[in-house]
Amino acid sequence: MTSPSSSRDRVLGRVRRALAEAPEAPEVTRDYLVTHTPDDPATVLDLLHENLVDYRAGVHRGTRQGLPSLIGRLLADHGARSVVVPPGLPGAWLAGSDARRRYDDPPLTPAELDSADAVVTGCALAVAETGTVVLDAGPGQGRRALTLVPDLHICVVDVLGQVVASLPQALPRLDPTRPTTWISGPSATSDIELDRVEGVHGPRTLEVVLVAD
Amino acid sequence: MSGTYLGMPSFPEAAREAVHDPTLRGNLRHATHTIRDKRARAVAELDDWARLREAGKRIKDHTLRYLDRYLVRVEEAVTAAGGTVHWAADAEEANRIVADLVKATGESEVVKVKSMATQETGLNEALEAEGIRAYETDLAELIVQLGGDRPSHILVPAIHRNRGEIRDIFRSEMGEWGRPAPEGLTDTPAELAEAARLHLREKFLRARVGISGANFMVAETGTLVVVESEGNGRMCLTLPETLISVVGIEKIVPTWRDLEVFLQTLPRSSTAERMNPYTSMWTGTTDGDGPRTFHLVLLDNGRTDTLADEVGRQALRCIRCSACLNVCPVYERAGGHAYGSVYPGPIGAILSPQLRGTGSEIDASLPYASSLCGACYEVCPVAIDIPEVLVHLREKVADQGGKGHRLEGVAMRTATWLLDHPAALNAGERLASRTRKLHPKRLPGPGAREWTNSRDLPAMPPEPFRDWWKKNHA
Ligand code: SF4
Repeated sequence: MTSPSSSRDRVLGRVRRALAEAPEAPEVTRDYLVTHTPDDPATVLDLLHENLVDYRAGVHRGTRQGLPSLIGRLLADHGARSVVVPPGLPGAWLAGSDARRRYDDPPLTPAELDSADAVVTGCALAVAETGTVVLDAGPGQGRRALTLVPDLHICVVDVLGQVVASLPQALPRLDPTRPTTWISGPSATSDIELDRVEGVHGPRTLEVVLVAD
Repeated sequence: MSGTYLGMPSFPEAAREAVHDPTLRGNLRHATHTIRDKRARAVAELDDWARLREAGKRIKDHTLRYLDRYLVRVEEAVTAAGGTVHWAADAEEANRIVADLVKATGESEVVKVKSMATQETGLNEALEAEGIRAYETDLAELIVQLGGDRPSHILVPAIHRNRGEIRDIFRSEMGEWGRPAPEGLTDTPAELAEAARLHLREKFLRARVGISGANFMVAETGTLVVVESEGNGRMCLTLPETLISVVGIEKIVPTWRDLEVFLQTLPRSSTAERMNPYTSMWTGTTDGDGPRTFHLVLLDNGRTDTLADEVGRQALRCIRCSACLNVCPVYERAGGHAYGSVYPGPIGAILSPQLRGTGSEIDASLPYASSLCGACYEVCPVAIDIPEVLVHLREKVADQGGKGHRLEGVAMRTATWLLDHPAALNAGERLASRTRKLHPKRLPGPGAREWTNSRDLPAMPPEPFRDWWKKNHA
C-alpha cells in the first residue's frame, strides 16, 4: 500500500472532529414516485420505444421466430461483415446472417474488437422512462468491452421479462456485484457549441430489437 | 488545490477580460441559455421533482453526518471486492499516490476520463513532472488540453471555444500528441467529433492504465458510478489493465437504492436528458472483464474543513450537475475562468473558498461574485442554499482581522464590478423577485434540532445585494 495508514487516521480524525458538534441528520424521505407511468405493459413498451427513438436508437419490434431474419437484415443493412458473438448468445439469433463470427474465446484483443463491424447481445433490463438498456455482462452479453469497441451494437430486449417502467423499479432487479453498463442511445457529445453529435467513442449506431412472443 | 491557479487575479480583474471578449460572451450566452431551457423541460417531465430533490438533499446530509462510518464501509466493500483503497489528505498526497501506482506498472502514459477531482489536484501536471503523460479523452477536455487552456465550465469545459477555434486547435496540435487531424478538416461538429474519435482510438486500444473520478460510490456495496456521454469513460474504465479512481470523500451514497434518486436528478439537471448515453458501474474487479487491478484514492483536500462549517458544509452535497452555472447572470458575463478554480460559477464561489480557505485575493473575492439572486438555489437538485453560504462566507472574509484590510479591498472591487455591470445585477434581482415567493420559509421535516437547522432561516438572502452593499460598505 502506497498510502501510510496515518493518512487514513488523519482523514477519519478530521471527519470526526468536523462532526463532533453536529446534530443527528434528518430522516431520509422517499415519498417520490415509484413510477411515472401507468401500470400497463403496452403503455410501458410504447414509452420505451418512443424514448429510445428520441435518443436516436433504431427500434424494431419482432417475434422470437422472426428474430434471426431481423438481425440478419440489420447486419446486412449496415454492411457488417463480421460480428462479435458473446458467450451464451442463442445460436439461432445469428442464423439469418452470413457475417463472419468473432467468438470471444480466447478473449479478443482490443485491436481485434476494433476490426469487428458489429456486436449482437441480449440485455439484463430495459427502462422505459429513460429509454435505457442495461447490460450486466450476463449470458448473451459478454464482458463490457464487447459492446464498446465495435461501431454497431444490436441489442435484443425480451419484452415479457425485461422491461420495467422506471429507475426505482430497475435498481432492485440488478446485482451490484456485476459490472453494469446503462446505455441510452448511441454515444453522443454536445461539446462543440452544444450541437448534439452522435458517436464519439462508443458504437455510433445502436439498434434495439424488442422481442415479444 | 491545483497550482495551476496560483497567482490568479481576483475575480473582478479576471472577469474584466471575459467581459471584453465578444466571442467568449457570445458562446457563453448561447450555451447557458440553451441548456437552461432544455433543463426546465426535462425537469417538468417529472411531477415529483420537488420530492426527488428533497430526498437527494437528505440522503447527502445523512451521508455527510455519518461520513466517517460510510468511508470505512466503502473501504471494506471495495477491498472485499478485490480493490485497494488509499487515503489522500491533500492534493499532493493524492498525486504522489497516483504517480507511484502508475510507475509501478512500468507505463509512462495513461488515459483519463474527465474528473474534477484530478483537475483540482493538478494531477496531469504532477504526472508530467514524473515523466508520465496523461491523455484527456473527453472531447471538451481534449480541446482544452490541446489548446493549452483551462476548463471554463464543469460540464462543457470548452464552452468558451467555438467550432472555428476548435478546428484550428485540432489542425495545429493533434499531430504533436499523436494521430494528426484528417486533411481538409472542416468546422462541422460531426467532422470534429470524428477527428477526435480517430485521434483517441489508438490511445485507448494501447492504454494499460486508466484514471477516472466517480460521480458516486455506494457504501454498502463498494460500487463506483461514472456518468458520461461519449463512451470515452467506458473506454478508460474497461480497456486498461489497471484502473485508478480518485474520488472526493463526499461522493458517497449509503445504499444501492439511493442511486434511484440521483440517476433521475443528475442527468436532467446537467445535460437536460432523461438519461445520459452511458453510465458505468463497477465493484472492485471482475475476472475476465475490465481492469485486473483497481485502486481507489479517497481524497480529502479541504473537504473536512468544509464539513466543519455548519453553514458551509451543505456545499458538499453538490453532485456537479452545473445547473447553477447555467442560470447565473454573473457567470454568464464573467465566464468560468474568472472564478480561478476548477469549480466555476455559483458552486465555485462557495466551494473554492472553503476548500482552499479565504487567504488569497481570488478566494476572498469569490463570495462577492454574486448578486444573491437565488436562481442557483432554485435549480440545484440537492437544494444547496448557495446565497446563504455566500452571505456566511462574506461575513467570514470581513472578520479576517490582520490581512482583512487587503482582502476587504478585493471584496469591494468585486462588488463594484457587479455594480458596473447592471445587466448582471438586474437580471439577478428580477429573477429573485420572481422566485422569492416560491421559496419556502421553512423546509419540511422534523424538529428545530435537525442537522441543517441553520436552514430554518429564509431560503432567500435576507436583503437584496444593493441594500446589503449600502449598509456594509457605502
Ligand atoms: S451546487 Fe447544485 S446546481 Fe450547482 S453543480 Fe452542485 S448540485 Fe448542481
